Amino acid sequence: MQRGQGFRGFLNYIRRNPAFGGGLLLLLLLLLFATVAGLFVPKDGAYPLATMPKQAPSAEHPFGTDSVGRDLLPTLIYGTRMTLSIGMIAGCIGLGVGTVLGFMTGYFGGLFDTIVKFLVDVLMTIPSFLLLITIASSVPNPENMSILQMALILSLVSWVQPTRAIRAQVLSMRERAFVMMAKLSGMSGMEIIIKELMPNLMPYLAISLAGAVNGGVLGSLGLQTLGIGNLREPSLGMTIYWLRYYNAFLQGYWWWIIEPVIVIAAIFIAFLLLSIGLDEFANPRTRRTV
Amino acid sequence: MRIPLSYILKRMGFLVAVLFTAATINFLIPKLAPRDPVQELINQKIASGGLTSEGAAEFRDSLRKLYGLDRPLWQQYLTYIWNTMRFDLGYSITNYPLRVDFIIGQTVFWTLGFVGVSTILAFLIGTVVGALVGWSKTSKWFSWLMPPLAAFSAVPAFIIALVLIYFLAFKLKAFPLRGGFSATIVKDWSSMEFLLDVAHHAILPGLSMLLVSIGGWSLGMRSMMVTVEGADYITFAEAKGLKGSRIFFRYALRNTLLPQVTSLAMSLGLIVSGSALVETMFSYPGIGNRLGGAIAALDYPVIYGIVFFMVVGIAVATLLVDLLYPFLDPRISYSGG
Repeated sequence: MQRGQGFRGFLNYIRRNPAFGGGLLLLLLLLLFATVAGLFVPKDGAYPLATMPKQAPSAEHPFGTDSVGRDLLPTLIYGTRMTLSIGMIAGCIGLGVGTVLGFMTGYFGGLFDTIVKFLVDVLMTIPSFLLLITIASSVPNPENMSILQMALILSLVSWVQPTRAIRAQVLSMRERAFVMMAKLSGMSGMEIIIKELMPNLMPYLAISLAGAVNGGVLGSLGLQTLGIGNLREPSLGMTIYWLRYYNAFLQGYWWWIIEPVIVIAAIFIAFLLLSIGLDEFANPRTRRTV
Repeated sequence: MRIPLSYILKRMGFLVAVLFTAATINFLIPKLAPRDPVQELINQKIASGGLTSEGAAEFRDSLRKLYGLDRPLWQQYLTYIWNTMRFDLGYSITNYPLRVDFIIGQTVFWTLGFVGVSTILAFLIGTVVGALVGWSKTSKWFSWLMPPLAAFSAVPAFIIALVLIYFLAFKLKAFPLRGGFSATIVKDWSSMEFLLDVAHHAILPGLSMLLVSIGGWSLGMRSMMVTVEGADYITFAEAKGLKGSRIFFRYALRNTLLPQVTSLAMSLGLIVSGSALVETMFSYPGIGNRLGGAIAALDYPVIYGIVFFMVVGIAVATLLVDLLYPFLDPRISYSGG
């Protein structure tokens, strides 16, 4: 593969892998929406009684307002920020734990490997969302749950997939010639993992991270839609919960329904494109997915 | 076709391990959570004036005895596991005299109905679409189907449900907004009118599930089809001068179906958790919506019971697919596995 230099090389790569570029761009736009837009729109509007309820989008309220007087523009800005933060914290913890476990079990094997593999197999059969429901609904005072608490609960299941994926990759890579060479040259197991395996597995780690963050966002969204977690602080799941609670459909508040749907769909499509693009980066020989 | 007994036993053992883990989590989580349900109940009683503080101590002791909380933890645990394995899931708190297994029995067929039909339809449609897109001798126009299907498959079903409810049920009024059947109709499973009404109500929840799952099936099928198309036996079939349709159906499609069946088993968990949220959106009278209601009311026996029931269902279905696999594919043998 021929590689260009710096930013131009990056642009050249994007041209050959448009899914990656598209996903990156969409995620960047969402992050800008969640951060920079927040500099101009105060958070006060994202709480009940902040403004006149049931307003269709207008110059004053570009996104409209909901039926208890939340301005939907700040609600969605800070909601996207909250939901993405939860997903990213949960995803990073999941990837961290998964990387350590995946490398330990895949490279060293042994009893520890047997135990972890069995646990992963069992947890793959039990749907993680059902586990999350059991755990999160048992937390005392869920209405005061902080971002970190929610993320920690989600990370109880977010390590399973990365562990499985990374272990499988390490298993296949362990037998390659360059690892054998490193072993013969007297490198220790830890050194081989960090200097030889890690760099080669980077694309796979990135795919696992995208999957884990995606899972964290999905989990927090699902839990909050069912009414588990903090339903006062703005988040995307909270928005869905209240629009259902107040029957936004029966009143025909289209903006209240369509806007969070667009933001949520954009998040998941961004992660889909990213994972397709990363997959192509990791396995350039396979055919394009989309 | 025979499956070695050792393999069946191994899979059964795994099933037991999964159920055991699920039951253990259900037992441990409430114990780990820093809350005391007995004390909470007593506080409630005192607040409502039904109990004096003198009577509270006595009441606490009798409650703890009733629920076996005075016994050592390992005894409580064994009792819990024993009861769970017999499917004795206890009583609902909010609908007190109702047992959890009764509530599950009341609701599960609604869910099985629309989720089953939509999953089978999605599997069939997605497989056919994926096969047509992957097969290079079909029209290129098919490949235009992939991006929208993939996009739908990324978005959770309950988000799609929101859009469908708004446009098809609220705007066009083509479908009911919520529920499993009309409030005005006599609930009689033998009358055609009632059955049609039930079907009418099931279309939108089913469609949400369908739109989300088709993409996954077609993506998987397409990449399998591409792999198979390069196989020697396809080239050989072409060299023999067989008709294109015969090669497509008898040679390519048959061989690519098997990984699809594996993914079906793998995705059951996602389908079940997705349908729970879709039911909540439609207030559909199925088990997922009941779970949502129990969460809102903090009806813990119902929450844990339904979660356990779903885990059992998924684990058993996965086991069945695993055991059926060698019947579908004679190439697979479990010797030594």
